[in-house]
Amino acid sequence: MNISRRGAFKVAAFGTAMVAGARKAEAREKKEAPADATGMLYDATMCIGCKACVAACRRANDLEFEKHSRLYDDPIDLTANTCNIIKFYENESESSFIKQQCMHCIDPACAAACMMGSFQKRQNGIVTWKPDRCIGCRYCQVACPFSIPKFEWDSATPAMVKCQMCLAKAGTTDEGQLNEVGQPACTEVCPRKAVIYGPYEELKAEALRRIAENPDRYEDHVYGLEEVGGTQVLYLTAKGIPFSKLGLPELGTEPVPALPVGLQHTIYKGFIAPVAVYGVIAGLVWRSRRQYDKAGEEVGA
Amino acid sequence: MNNQHGKPTPIGGPIMTPVMKICLTLAGTTAVMLVYRFIVGLGPVTNMSDGHPWGLWIAFDVVTGTALACGGYSIALLVYVFNKGKYHPLVRAAILTAALGYTLDLFGVIADLGRPWLTWKLPIFFWTWNLDSLQLMVGLCAMLYAAVLWIELAPVFMERWEQEDDKPRLQQFAKKWTPILMRAMPWLIALGILLPAMHQSSLGSMILLAGPKLHPLWHTGWLPFFFLISSMAMGYGIIVLETMWSRTVYHRYRETSILSALSGTIAVVLLVWVGIRLMNIVGTGKLGYALEFDLYSILFWLEVLLFLVPAIILMLRPARSDKDRGRLFMSAGLIITGGMLLRFSAYWFAFQPGDHWNYYFPSLFEIFVTVGFIAAEIAAFMYIIKRFPILTGRPSAALPT
Repeated sequence: MNISRRGAFKVAAFGTAMVAGARKAEAREKKEAPADATGMLYDATMCIGCKACVAACRRANDLEFEKHSRLYDDPIDLTANTCNIIKFYENESESSFIKQQCMHCIDPACAAACMMGSFQKRQNGIVTWKPDRCIGCRYCQVACPFSIPKFEWDSATPAMVKCQMCLAKAGTTDEGQLNEVGQPACTEVCPRKAVIYGPYEELKAEALRRIAENPDRYEDHVYGLEEVGGTQVLYLTAKGIPFSKLGLPELGTEPVPALPVGLQHTIYKGFIAPVAVYGVIAGLVWRSRRQYDKAGEEVGA
Repeated sequence: MNNQHGKPTPIGGPIMTPVMKICLTLAGTTAVMLVYRFIVGLGPVTNMSDGHPWGLWIAFDVVTGTALACGGYSIALLVYVFNKGKYHPLVRAAILTAALGYTLDLFGVIADLGRPWLTWKLPIFFWTWNLDSLQLMVGLCAMLYAAVLWIELAPVFMERWEQEDDKPRLQQFAKKWTPILMRAMPWLIALGILLPAMHQSSLGSMILLAGPKLHPLWHTGWLPFFFLISSMAMGYGIIVLETMWSRTVYHRYRETSILSALSGTIAVVLLVWVGIRLMNIVGTGKLGYALEFDLYSILFWLEVLLFLVPAIILMLRPARSDKDRGRLFMSAGLIITGGMLLRFSAYWFAFQPGDHWNYYFPSLFEIFVTVGFIAAEIAAFMYIIKRFPILTGRPSAALPT
């Protein structure tokens, strides 16, 4: 045994150098919603479950009906055909509706995942997908903490489909629809104004105002204000029915990309470390090959 | 180095052995199945879903397969960076397995991609690159490394072509390019060490983007480190198994003593790995998860044991001679299993999209395709070592080759 601990130490040191940032990866800069950000506020206490928004979403996005029973349209979850859904929660003493669609995160994991920027925050901070740069790797689906982007599993030419707040039809890029209608189809048709559309800052203030004015009516928690660094879709729920019961995941305040992307940018900052490591390795290789040459040994791969 | 044994030579012998026929049949069937998959889409043939968008093909073919291909850089690291020339006889076989492994990784990715017809844009459209994307790093490194590996291997083919007088064009090509290749070789070898290190560590960072969907025992900033170091250890394990295989099947002796000498180093590396894995869990207050004795804690301890046990075996009694090759074989097997389990856990078992998603288990179709890829790799390996100078060591006179 002659190489040894020192050799092993070198291997470990090499590895540690590669991830030297792991410990002190500078916290990635916290992202704020863009100045023109718009969003939606859904108030579960006002929703009557009429599903007008589900039908309107289908129409606006040219999505096919879902058929699981003999009803004409009965989606049971968000899918590549359903970008917006109303679900129902019930136990002995209480019940609530809950609307689900893309949350339009302020620091979206899908956009961090996407190799060529198919998913990006675009106009009004709305997260949309462009087909021309998507190779269908589905890393966005792995990354999204809400499991929102949907893949057309039964297609030979699948698209990624999700709510684009009617900025573009789901699965396409014909941007500008929002400007014509002025707001997404679901908020436009809601008869109770249970879901409303507007500038993000105004929606935030409105949500907090409702809680402050009716502390007995609402849980003291605006979902989306802090979750994963903030989302442009905000939720209010009735007192006694926490969001976790409605199927919204309990998430921390740290954006999902913070750790891995922070790590990456620390290690590869300016691409200095890889170039330096490459130089060192190349030098060592050159040295050892020269020694082998001198020793008259065979070289080559 | 003993030059008598040092020169690689082709194994020779018939190509169409029964094993070869089986491998080709499996690979051919897989090719036909993949044509069907591209017609009907992924849904009808796989068990993947919107909740479990990555299945066996990513967890095994891509993430684990490339780690199993790490023999190439483990040995290059030793020979050239730590200047241990005595390991040189192992280089070619290791580089060949690496080249085949990474090439099949790329094929595996294509099979899994939903929109593969746009993949060509990835290495070219650099202005669209999202530098936040861990997968971009993984993808580019894998593509580039696969190319580097085949160039590193080129002298093997050149050597043979140079002697083929009946194919003057090929001969001329080889004669012209061999000296250029030899001058570029140090730079290529250095790339062949840097790129897989970047690739393997980035595979660790990549799955961290699953964030809250990844079980806390694997959601740690040290995951890239664990992936990187374990890939080196797996590379060693693979070289051991490969060497034993070529010894048993092709009767090429000599190489185990070299591997035995390495065993002590590997033991230290494994111990460091286990130490940091445990300290990290304790230090981040996640010990509770490890002590819950649910599926995840069992997977965690199994993973730790699979690295710890071979470390102890090799530490207490380092393999010194040929007689110890049983112990060496077992340790290599444990290390490889441990590395595979780490990758399966991070990319499959410990990925929890939510309670309302069914648990993922691959379909028979998915399993068959993976088997077909492995069969193709074995077939290519067998063909190349029989026709090209890859393996070193003297063929045993007593046994037919």
